[in-house]
Amino acid sequence: MFKYFEPNKIFSVTSKAPKYVLILFIVVLSIGLVEALILSPEDYKQSHSVRIMYVHVPAAWISLGIFSTITFLSIVGYIFKIRNFFLISKSLAPSGFVFNVIALVTGSIWGKPTWGTWWAWDARITSMLILALFYALYLVAWRIYEDKDKAFKITTIITILGIINVPIIKYSVDWWNTLHQPASINILSKSSIHVSMLFPLMIMTAAFALFSLLIFLMKYNTELIKIKNKGLNRL
Amino acid sequence: MYGRKVKLRFFFIILILLTLILSTFLILKSLEENVVYFQSPTEIKALYEIDKKKIRIGGMVKVNSISMAAKEIKFIITDFKNEINVTYSGVVPNLFTEGKGVVAEGYLKDKNFFLATKILAKHDENYMPPEVKAALEEK
Repeated sequence: MFKYFEPNKIFSVTSKAPKYVLILFIVVLSIGLVEALILSPEDYKQSHSVRIMYVHVPAAWISLGIFSTITFLSIVGYIFKIRNFFLISKSLAPSGFVFNVIALVTGSIWGKPTWGTWWAWDARITSMLILALFYALYLVAWRIYEDKDKAFKITTIITILGIINVPIIKYSVDWWNTLHQPASINILSKSSIHVSMLFPLMIMTAAFALFSLLIFLMKYNTELIKIKNKGLNRL
Repeated sequence: MYGRKVKLRFFFIILILLTLILSTFLILKSLEENVVYFQSPTEIKALYEIDKKKIRIGGMVKVNSISMAAKEIKFIITDFKNEINVTYSGVVPNLFTEGKGVVAEGYLKDKNFFLATKILAKHDENYMPPEVKAALEEK
């Protein structure tokens, strides 16, 4: 399969890409922020505090998406011994962790004016905190193990342990009584967010995804440069 | 096709996943009582004996049930099957209103009376501008 990849070829693409991604990110983020903070209406019940949603929800989505991606890549990489997949996972993880923390912090800021508390040990919030711990474990594991093969194995195991938590996060609000409200957006049924609020939410999600891509490309380039410096033509 | 090692690694991953999913499911199933954030009035009525510990009950604030005395707020939590009278003294969150979700933390006096020490507002998954809400109510 992709066992034999050439770092030079990939690097020639990934070293130029960040420039364009950055420009696109700034454009999309500006549109998103204007929509979310100025143009979108206030909520009938929460009034202006609903605007925290435009940061909170995309951040949570991206952190879940990235964790699922690095798990998939790690498992496939482990089974077929594709070392490139581990480098991609390693480069993706930091932005996933940052968005996970952002989701927790903005959730706390949102909780105070609406629920009346900064923190509640309900199933959704606790499982999201556990995901952040798994991200931390994953990132620390890469720093501890100098030996690449060892690091590949350990990080794969961490992602497998952590992925069990992802469906729990998703369905926690349906399976148990939680303080957190159920999902507003469903693929199969009509969403319970008004269109005028759904639009900025989608733009902000795109902006956050672009930011993750930007950080990913920068991290990935560093990994490729490390390989080149070692004088290897392939992994 | 693939080598023996690849197949072995594949089965190894599948086995780990199956073991984890099954054990997590069993653990969560047996811990269900502790995982829930609050109990409904119906679950309180079904209790065999009243717990002296601090618990949380949740449901809707019954319409026209809030009465404010000097320091005390009294209201009824309902899940549209059973009701519980709640007494509370303190500040309530902004979103605490009649007909909306609420979680009360405190102690049960008996199966009908609850002494709350903390009130949290629970909001639903509907988001819309005030004009849309007004238009919906006119219908």
